[in-house]
Amino acid sequence: MADALPEHPDFLWRNPDPKPAYDVVIVGAGGHGLATAYYLAKNHGITNVAVLERGWLAGGNMARNTAIIRSNYLWDETSAIYEHSMKLWEGLPTELDYDFLFSQRGVMNLAHTLQDVRDSVRRVSANQLNGIDAEWLDPQQVKDLCPIINISDNIRYPVLGATYQPRGGIAKHDHVAWAFARQADALGVDLIQNCEVTGFVKDGNRVVGVETSRGRIAAGRVGLAAAGHSSVLAKLAGFDLPIQSHPLQALVSELHQPVHPTVVMSNHVHVYVSQAHKGELVMGAGIDAYNGYGQRGGFHVIEHQMAAAVELFPIFARAHLLRTWGGIVDVTLDASPIVGKTPVDDLYVNCGWGTGGFKGTPGSGWTFAHTIATGEPHPLNAAFSLDRFVSGALIDEHGAAGVAH
Amino acid sequence: MILIDCPNCGPRDEVEYHYGGQAHVAYPEDPNALSDEEWARFLFYRANSKGLFAERWVHSGGCRKWFNVVRDTVTYRIEAVYGLDDPRPNLSGESA
Repeated sequence: MADALPEHPDFLWRNPDPKPAYDVVIVGAGGHGLATAYYLAKNHGITNVAVLERGWLAGGNMARNTAIIRSNYLWDETSAIYEHSMKLWEGLPTELDYDFLFSQRGVMNLAHTLQDVRDSVRRVSANQLNGIDAEWLDPQQVKDLCPIINISDNIRYPVLGATYQPRGGIAKHDHVAWAFARQADALGVDLIQNCEVTGFVKDGNRVVGVETSRGRIAAGRVGLAAAGHSSVLAKLAGFDLPIQSHPLQALVSELHQPVHPTVVMSNHVHVYVSQAHKGELVMGAGIDAYNGYGQRGGFHVIEHQMAAAVELFPIFARAHLLRTWGGIVDVTLDASPIVGKTPVDDLYVNCGWGTGGFKGTPGSGWTFAHTIATGEPHPLNAAFSLDRFVSGALIDEHGAAGVAH
Repeated sequence: MILIDCPNCGPRDEVEYHYGGQAHVAYPEDPNALSDEEWARFLFYRANSKGLFAERWVHSGGCRKWFNVVRDTVTYRIEAVYGLDDPRPNLSGESA
């Protein structure tokens, strides 16, 4: 935690004007869009690519998440794509030649009720069968790993144990985006900011380009990676997505000496906490219940989250709130993402990562790039198709993904 | 925090309410006649409007009755409150 931050970077990519046509246009220059462009170029040799961003690069959810990385999901399909992501994370600082402070300090998911305990022990077993590092900790082991946590039994929801993934951790999210952006740019990808997609150009049922605030851009294929605004784009393209957009809030304290050595998450009392390299305590809340695109939520959600945090970590009681913010998360009814084809030919969608997309950034980009390049899903994202809502083959990850990320 | 004007109890804080999602989603008249695609649309697809949105709320901490609201999903401003069985009021500035 005392590591020095990397130097503030100079410009890491060109700021080109859009060309009239590209082989592939990605909509959304967040983590997923940038990773997709990078892997299109690196894995598939497709470099005539534009990433269009209506605001500034990585200014949406990529700038607003709590930077937690883990792969301890319950079902085979989900743990496979997140574990692929985890393995990519482990090599990315070297591959992208950028120290984005990936720190495998471990992630704990606390259990506070008997049902929590049963579900958590089941998930640990499922993880182990899938070759993912996972352990069940009793309360004393929780305390040994994270001494500031309150494991007494006189609080409303005592800690009954926790799952623990030692390879989990955090990374500096802005730097992750910049690392992908720099390498994608170096491989020839055009990163175009302040360029909002306002419509799609179609030839029959095939997409052949996009209308933007900077003019029409022709495209061989188009990939959507717009998170909370995916429904708006899909509507413009003439189809619907089974997602709902919600505000999700997070906050940081002012800087403190290192006190919190790992990442602690609790679904039951709705809080997740780590300490950033600089020293801020970083905490996330649950979503605001209503649909929203406003990038802000209600203060009572923050209050609820802080109450949980102070009960679990009494030492935080006198810490000061530095700032809060909100992002717009795209939530599916089975709490799993959608990565694959759409009803429109040559138009692909990557959305529904909901409250936990940051950790999936590399795996999302890897599989989405494959899908766009070949026209077919990668084995790791085949199960996350849009048609699972018709077939009924849902991937219910509410237990591992429902609240905390 | 949103201030919601319950038709029965008057204006109360959002924390007294629970959210019920999109309004005016009717149960299929003949469920046996639906194709898998139609079932999927009924079960999993809801409008995700950016702008005005008709939605249900229940005053759990008050009269415990359901009602409908038209709210802007960008500003979060509530533009209309109306009964559960009433038609959606026509407001200007609606988007899809």
